Amino acid sequence: MQVFDAGAATVIGAEGAIIPVEDLLAANDIPFDINDYIAGVRYFYADADGKMIGMPFNSSTPVLYYNEDALAKAGVTAPKTWEEFAETTAPALKEAGYIPLSQSHLPWIFTENFHSRHDLPFATNDNGYDGGDTQILVNNDAIKSHFTALKDWKDQGLFEWYGTGWGDNVKPFEEGKVAMWLGSSGSFGGLLQTADFPFSATMLPYWEGVNPDPKQTFIGGAALFAMSGKSDEENKATAEFFRYLTTPEVQYGWHKDTGYVPITEAAYGVAKEDGHYDKFPAAEVGIQQLSLPAGDHTKGYRMGFYVQIRDVMNREYGRILTGETDVDTAFANIEAESNKLLERFAKTQN
Amino acid sequence: MKRAGFTNPWLPILLLVPQLSIIAVFFYWPAAWAIQSSFYLQDPFGFGSTYVGAENYTDIAESTEYRKVAWFTVYFTAIVTFLSLSIALLLAVKADNVLRGAKTYRTLLMWVYAIAPPVAGFLGIMFFDQSHGPLTRFFGFFGWDFKLGVDYFDTATAMIIVAVWKQIPVNFIFFLSGLQSIPRAVREAALIDNGSGFRRFWDVTFPLLAPTAFFLLIINITYAMFDTFGIIDTMMKGEPGANPMTLVYKVYIDGFRGNDLGGSSAQSVILMVLVLVLTIFQFRLIERRIHYT
Repeated sequence: MQVFDAGAATVIGAEGAIIPVEDLLAANDIPFDINDYIAGVRYFYADADGKMIGMPFNSSTPVLYYNEDALAKAGVTAPKTWEEFAETTAPALKEAGYIPLSQSHLPWIFTENFHSRHDLPFATNDNGYDGGDTQILVNNDAIKSHFTALKDWKDQGLFEWYGTGWGDNVKPFEEGKVAMWLGSSGSFGGLLQTADFPFSATMLPYWEGVNPDPKQTFIGGAALFAMSGKSDEENKATAEFFRYLTTPEVQYGWHKDTGYVPITEAAYGVAKEDGHYDKFPAAEVGIQQLSLPAGDHTKGYRMGFYVQIRDVMNREYGRILTGETDVDTAFANIEAESNKLLERFAKTQN
Repeated sequence: MKRAGFTNPWLPILLLVPQLSIIAVFFYWPAAWAIQSSFYLQDPFGFGSTYVGAENYTDIAESTEYRKVAWFTVYFTAIVTFLSLSIALLLAVKADNVLRGAKTYRTLLMWVYAIAPPVAGFLGIMFFDQSHGPLTRFFGFFGWDFKLGVDYFDTATAMIIVAVWKQIPVNFIFFLSGLQSIPRAVREAALIDNGSGFRRFWDVTFPLLAPTAFFLLIINITYAMFDTFGIIDTMMKGEPGANPMTLVYKVYIDGFRGNDLGGSSAQSVILMVLVLVLTIFQFRLIERRIHYT
């Protein structure tokens, strides 16, 4: 069964529903070493003790794509920090007739990975990994100033928001109206087909004022979970299938065609040897970002009913950006409603 | 008058069994299940559930967001019902007067009826597309920067337009057949009494259409509240975000997207009660005052 990142807590929390990947492989004599997996992927779908529960498969992480023609025309390079974006990059791109920036997933890029990139705690109980009565820590000054800045940029024409849908925000980038777009490293293969201008990618910008030493991001995408209650033969087949999926060749094939990150060091090596990154340097950004140093709060997060929490975030962020509400009210709402949902989820876990 | 009857008392029951079993399987059983699960909190895989009493209901009562969605549903239902009924009535009255090419005209008006709600929603997305939609451009011509999926009011407007457009043909068909069943003698008598077409319509035609109109009113309220689901779902493109939504859509979002079965069951029980009230209102209060002749 394939479950996406935000659903991970729900699946992992459902005791008895799944067999941990590590146990499944061990029972079928398939060698497994968590260190074969690239750093950022290792623990996102693992339990508090670091045992891998779900097999990461189509892994991705947010990166910044940019239209090379647009940046050349404006005489700037891709921004490393948000300070650089606000002071230099965005005004120059606006001057050159572009909408400087759009993005496709506010909860994923500007909330979850915002916390990871700046090494800020996202939830109590070690981002929820320890379980129990987890509380979200989203109502903090760093992210509130980020959204205040975002709204200002939108008002000044330095950023545009085209709704909650993923595609609506990437379309203006593909059409060449928007100069830079924050999306998934997994969007790379698609963009190669749709964009008729030279583009490249760089790592997710950070606020130097918040953390001058940025960390790795979380993986997004989805993982595969083996359901329990199957016969030994079926389990063996599942284990073999996982082995097949993690072979360097298969991983490299997926990586090359889609842009999803190779999940093992071996597959990453094959991609390097093959000269894939000489042809497409942008394809390597995602995995480089996932291989950055880890911080205290970068291994992932684990919160139940998280799909609804994301919906609450999307709703409040939409209201911030259309001026229906202010940043303080929005984050107070997100905090209160999320904690209410987490409290409800905790009750289902008895 | 002689009443026709069955000699064997079991035969009518036997004949009713297929219908009753369908109702039991697709309505009573799920309804009972929803009522039961609304008092529990379930884990998403159904391995266990915790009895929480009326907590799911008190959570809903305390939620300001639920209240917002409920108010939107009220406005949405009222506007969609009013517009789709009045536009259809106008079209039916005009179509009733058409003599030449009447069939073509009517067929064209009924055509939309064959379109499935999600397809209607999809057409809505194309018409209101942020950069290329013809209706977006049309509004832009008047200085209205229409933004589907971004602006709450604009998105609501687009949903209402599509929902009304989709419902007009049904109302049109009923109104037209209602108009055509008004006896010729009555109309001719009215024509002698009063020369004004406008007065004739309100004094004679409209009261005679009342049974049809009332039936359609109930049908349209349920349509706007429930059957617009497909339109709303398509027009949101899978992301509720800050967009307007109706109560029945929220049941789906919380239950199927969010895996909160208890909370969403409680919401659907509330909707069931609402439909029950609507039905009682229909049978008890109004049907007595309207004479079907």
